[in-house]
Amino acid sequence: MSLLPKAFLLVAALGLAACNNPDRFGAGGAGAGGAGGAGSGFIDTTGLGDPNDPTSIAHFNQRVGDRVLFPVDQHTLTAEGRSTLQGQAQWLNANSSYAVIIEGHADEQGTRDYNLSLGSRRAAAVQNFLISQGVSAGRMRTISYGKERPIEVCSTEACYSKNRRAVTVLSVGVGS
Amino acid sequence: MSTVYFPLFRLLALVACMALGPLAASAQNGPLRIEIIDGVIEPLPFAVPDFVPENGAAGEYAQNIARVIAADLAGTGLFREIPREAHIARVTSFDSTIGYEDWKAINAQAVITGAVQVSGDRIVVKFRLFDVFSGQQLGEGLQFAGTPQSWRRMAHKVADAAYARITGEGGYFDSRVVFVSESGPKNQRLKRLAVMDYDGANVQYLTDSSSIVLGPRFSPNGDRILYTSYASGFPRITLMDVGSLRTQTLAEQDGTMTFAPRFSPDGRRVVFSLERGGNSDLYMLDLGSGGLTQLTNAPSIETAPSFSPDGSQIVFESDRSGTQQLYIMSTGGGEGRRISAGQGRYGTPVWSPRGDLIAFTKQHQGRFHIGVMRTDGSEERLLTASFLDEGPTWAPNGRVLMFTRETSGAGGAAALYSVDISGRNLRQIPTEGAASDPAWSPLLP
Repeated sequence: MSLLPKAFLLVAALGLAACNNPDRFGAGGAGAGGAGGAGSGFIDTTGLGDPNDPTSIAHFNQRVGDRVLFPVDQHTLTAEGRSTLQGQAQWLNANSSYAVIIEGHADEQGTRDYNLSLGSRRAAAVQNFLISQGVSAGRMRTISYGKERPIEVCSTEACYSKNRRAVTVLSVGVGS
Repeated sequence: MSTVYFPLFRLLALVACMALGPLAASAQNGPLRIEIIDGVIEPLPFAVPDFVPENGAAGEYAQNIARVIAADLAGTGLFREIPREAHIARVTSFDSTIGYEDWKAINAQAVITGAVQVSGDRIVVKFRLFDVFSGQQLGEGLQFAGTPQSWRRMAHKVADAAYARITGEGGYFDSRVVFVSESGPKNQRLKRLAVMDYDGANVQYLTDSSSIVLGPRFSPNGDRILYTSYASGFPRITLMDVGSLRTQTLAEQDGTMTFAPRFSPDGRRVVFSLERGGNSDLYMLDLGSGGLTQLTNAPSIETAPSFSPDGSQIVFESDRSGTQQLYIMSTGGGEGRRISAGQGRYGTPVWSPRGDLIAFTKQHQGRFHIGVMRTDGSEERLLTASFLDEGPTWAPNGRVLMFTRETSGAGGAAALYSVDISGRNLRQIPTEGAASDPAWSPLLP
């Protein structure tokens, strides 16, 4: 059970992820891969739960997989990405109390404005796929971080491939 | 009246890269205006002796002002300062005649003399510019008055006047730059808006670092700033009043992202990108009426718009052809015509204040470049190359570009650089920490 305190630390560290977001999405960001730091103001803490509990956020992030990756300058979903998203859709359809923010990201090989657009395309590709799998559009919002929030910091393809991502970040207690 | 022509120019050997008349061959015989064209080989040697303090409180300013003037001129790469230690003549009174022979002896072709008076909260700075080899004053003497806190601006104004008289072009030293000050690790970068003098002095922070801020742009008279802020949790274009620091979110629509804003030349409209459902198009917002007009309607990415100086056209980037390329359309919108034709990806176009050139970022074979081309896409020239150069902004006189250069790897950091449009004189702008996304103000009044 050592995961639990660790999980709380993670939340504390990344707790800014969804704070100060508009409306119902302000209820708490809990994505381990979230960009964080977007808003200002209070820190909002949510338990991730036990990954062995299939209804937990930890389960969604770690077992279902909270992210899909993209080839260079692309926003088309890969076969692997679609498979991950099918899992996400099943989970979201079974756990309807969660709302979702889909974050689109780009690697650093691009100009700032273009990468914002590219990130939004990636987030929209994920959103559209989830809608096609029965997830209600009203539960989802998208946000692009462009190249502002890499998770890997080296300047080689090994890092870039992980930064070209769309991350599905769960928000608690506000689904419909 | 005194002439504004400088009769010295054997030293500015000019290589005409853009169409140009006869070069400075007959320079020694009569007045000849310097024309700054690409490929100035030999910087013009000049001297700025310490200004004369006309009262006790002026001493420190008199020396510092001379130093800033010298740094401004030498920083252009067009001038070379002859250091004070080499000076033979001593200027002890602003109104005494200058000893041309003493300046000739050390090959100072231009000399700037001046005086400073400080009384209470008022500083008065006077200067004169001399053409040593023709033995005459160049233009009339000028006087600037203000508060002692604005002493650097006084120095910049003197340097602007000297630059303009010698080159025949407008100056750019008395100007400000708004930029994004960066701190923190690469994967959790903190960003805040700041403004500074063009040379990195007098930094003021405009926001805290609690939310991401990107791409600030000055209004045409410098009183307002547009930028993209994540303060609401989502990227939104934001208007800040520089005096009060009050901010206002513009064109806010649920479920959309707005970004890449830029003012029209009259300051009344904002052109920007609005993203909905993953698709970015260009829109125009009338700041007075709040009216919103869609300018492009395509499934491709349209972003990074910039007005022509006359306000009639907009240059922007689009990937409608499959890769990022540059297009120009009328301010009313429409398809636009492609102007970029070379290999690689072109983005972040910015129209020169003179109207003649478009500056851009180019990506080609894994490198980033800052470049310029004519507005019809011809005469493309790349001025820089590095791991990551992006986002050029024009100096008020259309002669110099400032941009972001970021280094690679885990310790990579952004810094501000400037380069002459000839591709010469690449310089890093000193900033306290990492910095990105510069935007130059107009020349201050």
